[in-house]
Amino acid sequence: MTTTVADHHHDEVPKGITRWLFTTNHKDIGTLYLWFSFIMFLVGGAMALVIRAELFQPGLQVVDPHFYNQMVTVHALIMIFGAIMPGFVGFANWMIPMMIGAPDMALPRMNNWSFWLLPFATSLLILSLFVPGGGPAAGWTIYPPLSVQGGMGVDLTIFTIHILGMSSILGAINIIATIMNMRAPGMTLMKMPLFIWTWVITAFLLIAAMPVLAGAVTMLLTDRHFGTAFFDPAGGGDPVMFQHIFWFFGHPEVYILILPAFGIISQVIPTFARKPLFGYTSMVFATAGIAFLSFIVWAHHMYTVGMPLSGELFFMYSTMLIAIPTGVKIFNWMATMWRGSMTFETPMLYAIATVALFTVGGLTGLMMAITPADFQYHDTYFIVAHFHYVIFCGSVLGMFAGVYYWLPKWTGHMYDETLGKWHFWLTIIAFNVTFFPQHFLGFAGMPRRIPDYSLQFAEFNVISSIGGFVLGFSQLILLVVVLKAIRGGKKASAEVWENPEGLEWTVPSPAPYHTFATAPEVK
Amino acid sequence: MTEACRKKSNRRVAGWLSLWVVGMFGFGYALVPLYDIFCEITGLNGKSATLSEVSAKPLKIDRSRTVTVEFAVNVSGIPWQVDRPETVRLKVHPGEAMTVTYAAHSLTDTLSAGQAVPSVSPARAARHFRKTECFCFTRQELAPRESKIMPVTFVVDPALPEEVKTITLSYAVYPAKDIEPANS
Repeated sequence: MTTTVADHHHDEVPKGITRWLFTTNHKDIGTLYLWFSFIMFLVGGAMALVIRAELFQPGLQVVDPHFYNQMVTVHALIMIFGAIMPGFVGFANWMIPMMIGAPDMALPRMNNWSFWLLPFATSLLILSLFVPGGGPAAGWTIYPPLSVQGGMGVDLTIFTIHILGMSSILGAINIIATIMNMRAPGMTLMKMPLFIWTWVITAFLLIAAMPVLAGAVTMLLTDRHFGTAFFDPAGGGDPVMFQHIFWFFGHPEVYILILPAFGIISQVIPTFARKPLFGYTSMVFATAGIAFLSFIVWAHHMYTVGMPLSGELFFMYSTMLIAIPTGVKIFNWMATMWRGSMTFETPMLYAIATVALFTVGGLTGLMMAITPADFQYHDTYFIVAHFHYVIFCGSVLGMFAGVYYWLPKWTGHMYDETLGKWHFWLTIIAFNVTFFPQHFLGFAGMPRRIPDYSLQFAEFNVISSIGGFVLGFSQLILLVVVLKAIRGGKKASAEVWENPEGLEWTVPSPAPYHTFATAPEVK
Repeated sequence: MTEACRKKSNRRVAGWLSLWVVGMFGFGYALVPLYDIFCEITGLNGKSATLSEVSAKPLKIDRSRTVTVEFAVNVSGIPWQVDRPETVRLKVHPGEAMTVTYAAHSLTDTLSAGQAVPSVSPARAARHFRKTECFCFTRQELAPRESKIMPVTFVVDPALPEEVKTITLSYAVYPAKDIEPANS
């Protein structure tokens, strides 16, 4: 907030395109992030449909294998860096100042910049599909030597990762500064809503992990063009080194994707169970525990590279340890619902689905943590099923829960509950139809990232593809729901739900352009 | 907290966090030598296979054990043909020095230089497999169409774990860019 009280017109909202280009308002920037995330979600989803169309039948019919590999790679990069991470930063922008009683984010100008880096970065990535040699095709993990050999598209991808990394680091710095310095008087650390806690921990993970990825891709870049040999055995390097550095980033990254979703459902479940969150303190420590453990488990992604036995045992045990803090969280959510007066509006349905289906993904994760078993699962469709259960059912469903929960606060109108329920049930059923059979495919040995497969996998792939298309098109319902709520509908009260907890429910709906210009008092 | 004070404090937090970001970027790079040192100490990844150490005192020959040493080679990106030793599988006693020869033939009409990068498996045998003389210690230059005999002398340390019965020594031969031979 740089304006003084004298020239401060509270409800005057700037008009036109410059409002969005130059905005430093946390709500505007949050909206930009959320729309960007949703567009990327549809773009990445369209790519997933190309993949499912190709896999509908054995043989090669829709796209050529090289393009298939590009779709697999870019789908993952777009979804991770374009849809999920910006989506959560959007939530952070909208909700953190309102939940801690701050007038805005701590560094509003930087906030604007960290958003506007994103469209340029993802345009570079999409552009890479059209340059000679095509886009990156080595999988989102861009392992050398394949990624050292690719064409110009790989360089564009490396720059994309640099810019996206910069954007999320700036976002993280801003979030930490906001939470540390901008809380309303009386809002002590252990009074902060759990969403705030999960985000501050996520932000620290981002700051610790993203620069390492930036380093790894910079090494790739210099290996490709400047004669270094970090990953090239001919010059004394080692391609496995890349995997070690990449996963040092990669494992914290998966918690960056999931922790804010844990935060969102920790806000949603108490509201609809009409009970305070069970075990708040243990939730905070469990989140911090997960964050710490995420830095000492990276090699469980690479059991098959030929590690010594002692290394495999270490990573197996440390990975299994993560089940403990995660189990604490699942237990607490269930205990919050236990004997609550529950109602099942769309946000609550999504929160419950997150708990249930994320647990499925967590359990398959435990299976893969067992080193000898992982030798069978490695690089099969079992892995694909596992990480879609955790990332789609954890992060994306958690985000959906948050959208439905706070949409009335953002737009001032209730969303269409019937359409919301349609969206929910279609998504959940289609998701399971798509991904549950992939567990069986993986057990039977179908390898991932291959456009063709042998005949015995045909039936499950047909089921999976049908589910995939239903899942993809169901997401358009969300677009309709959001547009309808923006244009009108039943007026939402300030509280929206029945006695929800949190400062965001003390301001009117829709939330005015400036909130908490004078800090509220927190008891 | 006043507005100015808060702003200052925000900047300070942002400054510290930026320093941390720079530090983590450096840490990513530091991982490369750290891993190399780690592998060298532990002998993981066949890394110490490239150590050119010569032990001060000759090792005691353990006649009670026999270890099979296998030889392999592959060539990548350079117009050479490299033949592995005629005895592809050699039975040795730990502690006894043996010499085998590889043969390189240049298939090109220009001067060419190659660098052999050795690797030993299983990895836990790596630090017990000592090369006292090896063509991999330096880059090899071949005149046009030249053929060259390339010897390697090695000793298997008697401290080799009991359960290792077979060791494979494998070379990958690459074109030598003007880089130091791998010795880490």
